[in-house]
Amino acid sequence: MLFNLPYIAVVALILIGLAAVIFKRNLIKIVIGITLIESGVNLFLITLAYRGGSTAPIYTATTTEETIMSLPVPHALTLTSIVIGVAVLALMLTLVVHIYRHYGTLDARKIGREEE
Amino acid sequence: MSIEELFNFLLDHSPALIVAIPLLGAFLTPLVGKINDKVRNAFAILVVAFTSFLVFLLANDILTNNTIRTYVFGAENAGSPIVRILFEVDGFSAYMAIIASILAIAGVIYAWSHMKEHTGQDKFYTLVLLMIAGMFGMILTGDMFNFFVFLEITSIAACALIAFYTNKGKAVDAGFKYIVISSIGALFILFAIGILYSQYNALNMAVIADSITFSFLDKIALVLLISGLAMKAGIVPMHMWLPDAYGRAPASVTVILIGATQASLYGLFRMVFSVYGNVFSSIDVTKDTVINTINSVNSVGWMLIILAILTMLIGALMALKQSNLKRLIAFAALAEVGYMLLGVGVRLASKVSQDITIAGETTTQVAFQGYSATALTGSVFHIMNDALDIGLLFLVAGAIYLVTKETSLNKLGGLARNMKYTTVFFLIGLFAVSGMPPMNGFASKLMIYQSTFQLNPIIAIVAILCSILLLAVFVKVFHSAFLGPKLPSLKDVKEAPKSLLIAMGIIACIIIFIGLFPNLFVENIVTPAANAIMDSAKYITAVI
Repeated sequence: MLFNLPYIAVVALILIGLAAVIFKRNLIKIVIGITLIESGVNLFLITLAYRGGSTAPIYTATTTEETIMSLPVPHALTLTSIVIGVAVLALMLTLVVHIYRHYGTLDARKIGREEE
Repeated sequence: MSIEELFNFLLDHSPALIVAIPLLGAFLTPLVGKINDKVRNAFAILVVAFTSFLVFLLANDILTNNTIRTYVFGAENAGSPIVRILFEVDGFSAYMAIIASILAIAGVIYAWSHMKEHTGQDKFYTLVLLMIAGMFGMILTGDMFNFFVFLEITSIAACALIAFYTNKGKAVDAGFKYIVISSIGALFILFAIGILYSQYNALNMAVIADSITFSFLDKIALVLLISGLAMKAGIVPMHMWLPDAYGRAPASVTVILIGATQASLYGLFRMVFSVYGNVFSSIDVTKDTVINTINSVNSVGWMLIILAILTMLIGALMALKQSNLKRLIAFAALAEVGYMLLGVGVRLASKVSQDITIAGETTTQVAFQGYSATALTGSVFHIMNDALDIGLLFLVAGAIYLVTKETSLNKLGGLARNMKYTTVFFLIGLFAVSGMPPMNGFASKLMIYQSTFQLNPIIAIVAILCSILLLAVFVKVFHSAFLGPKLPSLKDVKEAPKSLLIAMGIIACIIIFIGLFPNLFVENIVTPAANAIMDSAKYITAVI
């Protein structure tokens, strides 16, 4: 049970994020929801990489045949995903700023409803 | 180095170059832009033209020889290629790359005059080239994580371009919707990639496809992949970004955006038929669970059929009530996505186990019904047709907007008197998109109708109905925008600038060519592509 705790956290994070995206009206909260989903996915990748009692995947003088190392590939994936996430986050916030300038509100119900 | 050697060299490295050249071009564009505007525009066209040349070189080789090319990045001969990033180009990838390159080149030529009066063109061209690079990357890659990265590159660039008119609130709103949907979709895909990695310890599509067992976790991953990619492709419950994004982006961007949407659809085809291909196409008859597996395959198929029908119906019905020209075409584009998805659904839903008696001995076989291959070929063919038809209509709408500054159908009228060529192009697009006989849309829709009719007549009836609705929609548009007396407000309208006409002309010529010689086209390009996507074993053995 305790071993599964990270996976429960992953599912909880993703669900909370999805709920925020679907039910919240405030654009900033929607952005926060997406970052929560992203953290959930990143946590999932990191948890995958861990093996019981493992060390960082670096060869040193003390490394023996019995040393268990965590998987390096998911770490690389997580790093890439974090970088992409920052780009997406920055872009979303830029758009939110623009939307606020146009409409003076962040309420999703009042945005983009004007007649042309 | 002789010409032939040069060609072979380019061919060998083309999978990498097709992505690398637009990527490099994207970041060179601001520098070239320092010289002057015309040089920069010409540079962007040159970059895309050279990329398209490489695409045609590669596609010609793959489609005629019916081979699969792999391109391994990193040091040569150092260990197995399956742990490295790898591009794998089969017939279907080559086919999609052709579509993407036609759209890209039309979009970039079109942008020359269309974006002339706007500021920030350096950034515009940078983003367009980035989006093109991402699109080609998604199409050519053979690595799951790489696919995700290119997907994100495409969606970030596309989002910035959709919100290009930042002075208009609705455009920014459309961009925000797009980035929300596409980043959630991409995260779903990443989650699915994590699940697959945890089981098979691989990121390579062919390696995963080889060892996939369709366990419970695989089913979750499949659902996540399909829903993530469906979000990006604009399939119905997740479609609300599509009309906004298509309608608000500059027309030159919309054309390329169609390519990006179809690259996501390509991902859906690839995941279902290649990565999960072993599950879906070769079910082990000796196992006890075979009925279970067939049932789950069929239910995935029916689910996709229902989504496809909803997409078609909602797209066509919503198009009927629009009065904004670009939004109207966007809803028609949504309806067309339904046709493409229909083939996938029909293929999966037609999987049956049947008892065959050969020489007095009864054996059970698991097979797809024969018509499902026609359905899938029709869908694959329709991807090309939709890209061209809808692309052409968007270009026409953009041209109308450029000369009249008007998108509302209520304020347009009598344009045929001043815009002869544009009118002809719109008529070609109109007939093509509604599947009228002399045009290309008819050929692919007929294949879809006749095959879905065998699975269930109701699906075919709905599909034909939607096609008729689309015809009604566009006849209405043609009548209200092009026919009738000259409106006083539009008295001084001139024909669209040359670069717009060239871009529309390229697409219109291809539409007419395909419409006149569909057999030539189906036999040489579409069938190899459809066979490549149906043959998952070949996809796997090309790597392992």
